[in-house]
Formats: sequence, C-alpha cells, structure tokens
Amino acid sequence: MKYLCLVYLDENRLDELPDEECVAYDRSIRASGQCIASEALQSVQSATTVRVRSGKLAVTDGPFAETKEQLAGFYMIEAVDLNEAIQVAAKIPPARVGSIEVRPIRPIRESVAAAEARQQGHKQSL
Amino acid sequence: MSDEQSGQAQAMVDAVYRSESRRVLATLIRLLGDFDVAEEAMHDAFRAALEQWPRDGVPSNPRTWLVSAGRFKAIDAIRRHSRLTPLEEVADAVESIAAQTQGTDDDGIEDDRLRLIFTCCHPALSPDAQVALTLREVCGLTTEEIASAYLTPAPTLAQRIVRAKAKIREARIPYQVPAPSELLERLDSVLRVIYLVFNEGYSASSGASQTRHDLSGEAIRLARLLVVLLPEPEPEAEGLLALMLLHESRREARNLPNGDLVLLDDQDRSLWKRELIAEGCALAERALSSRRFGAYALQAAIAAVLAEAPSAAETDWPQIVGLYDVLLRFAASPVVALNRAVAVAMRDGPEFGLTLIDALLDQGELADYRWAHAARADLCRRLGRKEDARSAYLRALELTRQLPERRFLERRLAELDR
Repeated sequence: MKYLCLVYLDENRLDELPDEECVAYDRSIRASGQCIASEALQSVQSATTVRVRSGKLAVTDGPFAETKEQLAGFYMIEAVDLNEAIQVAAKIPPARVGSIEVRPIRPIRESVAAAEARQQGHKQSL
Repeated sequence: MSDEQSGQAQAMVDAVYRSESRRVLATLIRLLGDFDVAEEAMHDAFRAALEQWPRDGVPSNPRTWLVSAGRFKAIDAIRRHSRLTPLEEVADAVESIAAQTQGTDDDGIEDDRLRLIFTCCHPALSPDAQVALTLREVCGLTTEEIASAYLTPAPTLAQRIVRAKAKIREARIPYQVPAPSELLERLDSVLRVIYLVFNEGYSASSGASQTRHDLSGEAIRLARLLVVLLPEPEPEAEGLLALMLLHESRREARNLPNGDLVLLDDQDRSLWKRELIAEGCALAERALSSRRFGAYALQAAIAAVLAEAPSAAETDWPQIVGLYDVLLRFAASPVVALNRAVAVAMRDGPEFGLTLIDALLDQGELADYRWAHAARADLCRRLGRKEDARSAYLRALELTRQLPERRFLERRLAELDR
C-alpha cells in the first residue's frame, strides 16, 4: 500500500536540519526500496495558487492557507500498513522539528479502470 | 417448535451471546479483515444458532461453531454480492477466508481480543473515536447506550464510529498486537482510553448517572481483561486497575443520598468496600515492586495508603508526600503539585500547605482550577483566616458548574459564619 508522507516545517527552523542529513536519509530509504518518490520544495514564498472559477483563471501569490508550518517536501512510500508507514515517517529528519502528515493513497485509477471494465462486461453480456 | 421451546432456545442463545459475542467478533474481524463485514457475519451466525441449536443441540464448543458459521455466512454474502464485483476478486476473497483455519483455537481467540483492544485504541484515531469504538466493539455497548452515557446525540456518536472504521480500513490500521518494542507506547494509549471511560462514569452527577456508573464498571472489566491478556505482566496496567478499584471502593461513601459530595476526611469509612481495597492494594504493591512502574502505579499506591488508614488523622501523610514527590518526577503537572501541597498541609500543618498553594496559584496555570481555590479556602479556614477563606470559596464557586460541587462549596461558605 502507498502512503504519501507530507513534511511540514516552520521555514524559520530549516537551518536546524542540515541538507546533508536529509539527503543521507533520502539515500537510505531509496536504497531500501521503500521509497517511490521524494522531493524537497522551494520556500513557500515562491508558491503560486491557481484557481478556475466560472471558467475564469485566478492566480494569486502565496500558498492556499497561511499556517505556522509549511509544506517543505514529501516522500511517497510503500508500506504494508499504517504502523509501518508511521515507523518510516518517524525517521524522516524533519519529524524532529516539524511534523509529518501520513496519508494513504486512494487508488483512483484502479477503481475507475475497474468500473470501466464492469461496464464493458455488462455491455457484452447483453 | 412450541412457544416454550423457542423461548428456551432464545434464552440459551442470549446467554452465549453475552459471554461469547465479543470473542467471536474479535476473531471474525481478523478472518474477514473488516469490522462491518465481521459484525454482519456474527449476527448471521447467531441467527443460525437460534434456528439450529434447538433442533440439533448446543455444540460442544459454541464459540468455534459461531466463528465457523460466521465465516461461511460471510462467504455467502460475498457470493451474493458477486454480481457487482469482478469474478476473480470474489474467488480471491472466498479463498483467503476459507484458507485461514489457523488461530481459531482458544489461544488464538484470546489474542484476537487483545488485537481488537489495540486496534480500537490506535493513536491514529481521535481520542473520542477510540473511546466510542472501544465501548462499542470491545465492551459490546450499543450506540444508544454510549450516546446516553456521554450525553451525546446518538447520530453524532454513530457517525464517530463509522468514521473511525473508515479510517481503519482506508489508512490500513493493522489488526495486531504491537511488537514488544512498541508495546509500552501503545499501551499508554489503551490505558488512557480505559481511564477516560472510568472517570466519565466516576464523576457522574447528572440525571443520566445510572448509565454513567456502568461506564466505571466497563472500565474495570476492560482493565481486568487487559491484565489477563497481556503476554507479560505490565505494572502500569496493573497500576491502573488498582487505582480504579481503590476509587471504586469509596463510591458509596463519597456522595450523600441526595447527591451531595463528601470529602475523604468526612467519609463514613464503614461504607468503603473492603474487598475492592484489598485487591487494589495487592495489585498496587505488585506493580510498585516491579521497578518498572509509572504514574498509574504511583497514583494507585497513594490511593492505597489513603484506603488503608483507619481515619484521616491516622493516615501515613509522610509516605503520601514521598509518593507525590516521585509522581512529580514521572508526571509533573500543576494538579499533582496541588495534591502534594494538600498532603504537606496534612503532614506539617495548614500554613505549610498554604505557602505551596499560593506559589502554585502565582504561577498562573491553576488560576481557573476550582479545586485549587477550594483547597486554599479550606486551609485558610483551618488557620482562622475567615475573610481569605470566604473570598477563595467564592472564587471556587464562580468556577464550578456541577450542582453537587456547588452545594458542597455553598455549605462550606455558610459554615464559616457559625
């Protein structure tokens, strides 16, 4: 099962986490085969929010929500269950300074594909 | 079947339901991998028992029979719904349910009950949801019973349980007893839920008090079950059970028939339940001697010293102060410090306790805590400082919403002028 570990952090405290330490963790989790994708993000000051309302594009500066901790990066991991995902998240270095939100992935492509296949089967049996 | 026979069958199945349904459910959740599917399968199994047992006799092991019937009912249900599901998935599901034969012996079933407790008290669920789910799934209370005990609308409570089950399914919270390395941390969460349930029942004072008293009984049953099921003796689990038994032993003495509060010093000690005290003291002693004890065992030890004293004056206050000193190291909190200050007042005299309480109040965290002002008032009263006592009682009254507590404080206030 896939989980997305969202790394939230007060950007003012970023200097408490040396890049070398984060990259060392990233290397080890990628080597273990548990990591599917991971990236760090530029500062939230570089964020742009995009909305389309009534067909009209609205672009604004900054993140969608102002919070004390900002999204600073992510790890997409593979784990057998939530307990294993929690163990992985606990080792992500920013967990010491900020927080890690662990979210299960919703298999949206698979469920749409399964619905399409059922529809197809139904038509054939008619 | 005659009416009488069917009445007997109903009574027989009801009795087995009361003693076995939680065990059967716990095992079916493991075998079927889903709370709702397991619950439906369990009810189907009991329905089947109601039909078959009067005719064929009660099976020698009703529990195993029910688990097996539940599994077949679940397979039937999956096949019935199979028109909506791709054929391979149906085959996979049926096969995996049918293949799981191991762990349906008695040992395996007891493990399932522990799995159920740890899953319902998983820290990834909100504390409210942990409490509701534990009472529903482990204790077998109905949603309506839980709602009335917590003075919550039943639909709100039902939704809380539905959401918790959805999270277990979607986030894949595993159905397992934590590994030894995680057990202590996870046990904390289980003990917190049990103590929350107990306190909800113990501090009951409103109209719905009867169902709320039952909550204390459920909490004690849960703690007993946990102590028996844990693979190793866990001092904190024993400590919590001891603490609850010792509180429970004084239940009848702490309120007058009209609901008014009676403080420990003034309680009629002949109303204290001796057998609960004996059991609580033995458990507390065992927990403390393990040297792996924590805050629950220490609180139980304090409660044990209080319970063993023939009167307030003959209480071993130096020992209680010493235990509070250790407790402060484990669980430093202003409320623990306040309780220690009251014990110091009993040991050394009211003026020494008052100095400590005033220092605590100056720190600010207890400024809105009614019992801090009530304790201060009591010490001022004993020192003859009537006006200080009066203003402290008035402050405590401002902060109190519970009726019996209000009446207690008003009585104390009136006594000042006598």
